Amino acid sequence: MTRYIIRRLLFLPLILFGVTILIFGILQLLDPAERAALYVKDVPKNPNAVKQVIQKYGLDKPIYQQYADWIGKVVRGDLGWSRTAQRPVTEAILYYFPATLELALLSILPIILGGVFLGVQAAVHRDKAIDHSARVFSMIGTSFPSFVFALLMLMIFYANLQWFPPGRLSDEMTRVVNDPSFHQYSGMYTLDGILNARADVTADALRHLFLPVLTLAFINWAIFVRVTRTSMLDVLNQEYVRTARAKGLKESVVVNSHALRNALIPIATLGGLVFIGLLNGVIITETVYNFRGMGWFAANAALRLDVISVLGITLFSAALLVLANLVVDVLYGFLDPRVRVS
Amino acid sequence: MAQQSLTLTPTARPVVRQNSELSKMLRQITRNPLSIVGIFLVLAFVAVAAFAPVIAPTPEGARDPYIIPRDGFKAEPQPPSAEHPFGTTEGQYDIFYGVVWGTRTAFLAGLLIVAIALVIGLTVGSLAAYFGGWVDDVLMRVTEIFLAFPFLIAALTLAAVLQPKLGRGLYTGIIALVAFGWMGYARLIRGDIFSTKEREYVLAAHSLGVRDWRILVRHILPNAIFPVMVVASLEIGTYVLSFAALSFLGLGAELGYADWGQMLALSRNWITNLSRYWYIVVFPGVALLLFVLGWNLIGDAIRDIVDPRLRGTK
Repeated sequence: MTRYIIRRLLFLPLILFGVTILIFGILQLLDPAERAALYVKDVPKNPNAVKQVIQKYGLDKPIYQQYADWIGKVVRGDLGWSRTAQRPVTEAILYYFPATLELALLSILPIILGGVFLGVQAAVHRDKAIDHSARVFSMIGTSFPSFVFALLMLMIFYANLQWFPPGRLSDEMTRVVNDPSFHQYSGMYTLDGILNARADVTADALRHLFLPVLTLAFINWAIFVRVTRTSMLDVLNQEYVRTARAKGLKESVVVNSHALRNALIPIATLGGLVFIGLLNGVIITETVYNFRGMGWFAANAALRLDVISVLGITLFSAALLVLANLVVDVLYGFLDPRVRVS
Repeated sequence: MAQQSLTLTPTARPVVRQNSELSKMLRQITRNPLSIVGIFLVLAFVAVAAFAPVIAPTPEGARDPYIIPRDGFKAEPQPPSAEHPFGTTEGQYDIFYGVVWGTRTAFLAGLLIVAIALVIGLTVGSLAAYFGGWVDDVLMRVTEIFLAFPFLIAALTLAAVLQPKLGRGLYTGIIALVAFGWMGYARLIRGDIFSTKEREYVLAAHSLGVRDWRILVRHILPNAIFPVMVVASLEIGTYVLSFAALSFLGLGAELGYADWGQMLALSRNWITNLSRYWYIVVFPGVALLLFVLGWNLIGDAIRDIVDPRLRGTK
C-alpha cells in the first residue's frame, strides 16, 4: 500500500506538469495583447502602450522562456487579473470556492442516502415493480438536463409559490453578512450564521440552498441507484449471505448488516468521485440559480470570453481533481483489504 | 501446401462470432420493455429529423432552414396559437419550428462529436496498445493529462478561447467537447487490443509476414472495435446534453439557430414570470429530455446485458 501511494505521489508532479503545459498551450491561442492580462490589471487600448506591455513582460520571448515565467507566477499563486471579478483570479477563486464547497457538502448526503436507499430496494425486489420504478425514476433523473430541471423548479417554487428564491442570500441578509460586525469565518453562510449566533442568516442560506441541492440530488441519484443495485445483487448472491439466511437470521438483518456493508465499498468510492465532481462541475446548477460559486464564476467568465479567469479556474480545478483522486484511491485501499493486497 | 496456407490465412471467423453475439444482444434488448421505449423514442426523433421540412416547412425566401423564422421583433414571448402551435420565445422565434429542426442539430452534434472522438480515441488507443513500450507509456500519460481536467469546465474554457477565432457556431462547441471526450475510447480500445493481440489469427498473420499497420487495421481493429462502438454510440445522448449545456451557457450556435440548448437559454430572462411563459421552457426542455432519455434507456439495457457480474445470476 505504501509503495502504491509513493508511486502515485511520484507520478503527481508529472501529471500536474502536463496539465500546465496543456493550459499554457491553450493560452498560446490568444494574441500577446490578450495574454497581457496575465500581468497587468488594465490592458491599454493604444497600440504603442500594448507593445510596451508585451515587451515589458516578455510576451514576445521564446515560448519556453514564456512558460518558465508563467509557471513561476503560477507557483507563487498569481494567475493574472480577472476582468469578470475585477480582482486577481486567485483571490476571486478563493472568494467563490466556499460557496461551491458549501453546496457540495450539503448535497452529497442526500445524494448518497437517497441513491443507496433506492438501490437497495431495487436489488432486494429485483425485477419487481419497486425495482422497475426505482430504475425508471433514476433514469429520468440522469436524463434530465440540469438546466431544464432547474428552470422548472424555479417556475414552480419561485415564480408560482415564492418559496425558494434564486441567489445565495436575500438582500437583507447580504447586508448582514457584509457588515463588519459579522465575521466570515468560512465563507459558508450556513456555518458562519451559526458561529455568529445569527440563526436567521443560516435559515436564509438554507432556503436558498434548497433548490440547488434538490437539483444536484435528482440528477445524481441514478448512478448511485445503479451501482448500489449491481453491488447488492453481487453480494446477495454470495455464499456468506446464504449462510446468514440459513442460520435463520431475519431478512432485514441479512440485507442491512451482512450484505449492505460489503456492497458499500464501491459506493464509498463513487461517493468520493461524485463529491469531487460537485466541487468542479456544478456550473449549470449554480448559473441557473444565480448561486455565486466557482461554477457561476466560470460560466460568467466564459461568456465574457475572459479567458484568463477561465483558465485560472481550470488549472485550479484540475489540480484539485488530481489531488482528490489520489485521496479517494488511498481511502479505497484502506476500505477494501482486497485492494491493499494486490 | 494449398491446404496449409488456407488454415494459416487469417479468417473472418471472430467477426462472425460477434455477429451472433450482436444478434443475441438485440434479442435480449427487445425483451426489455424499458429499452423498447428507448428505441421507440430514438426512432421517433429520427423520423422528426428526417421529415423536418414536412413537419415544419421553411418559409419561402429563408436563407438557411436552420435559422428559426421570427414573427416580429418584440421581446416578450407569445403563448401557443394556431399560427405558432408551441408559441414564440424571446425575440418571437417560433418554438415549434425550433424544436423540430433542433432535432437535426441534436443528431448532427451528437453524431459528429462521438464520431470524431471515436476516431481520435481509436487512433491513440490502438497505437499505444499495438506498439506498447514507450509509445504506450507516452500516449497513456497524455490521455491521463486530458483526464485530469473536469470535463465541462475544460470544454467551456476551450469554447471560450475558440469562439473569437472561429466565430459563434456549432463547431466551436463540437471541437471543445471532442477535445476532452476521446480519452475513454482510447483506454477502452487499448484494453481490447491487448486482449486481441495474442489471439491465434493475429499471430498467424505475423508469421505470414503481414506488415504491422495492416495487421492493426485489417485484423485487430475489426475485432476489438465492437465494444467501443457500442459504448460510443450510447454516449450520443450524453454528448447532446453537454452540447446543449454549452449552448445554454452562450457558447454554442449563433443566435436564432434551431438548437434546443439555446432556446432554453432564451428563457432565462423570464424566470420571474415563468408561470405565465411556461411554454418557452417546457417544449424545448421536454424535447431534450426525451432525446437523452431514449439513448439512456437503450444504454441501460445494454449495460445490463454486457455486465458479466449480472449474467446468469437469476
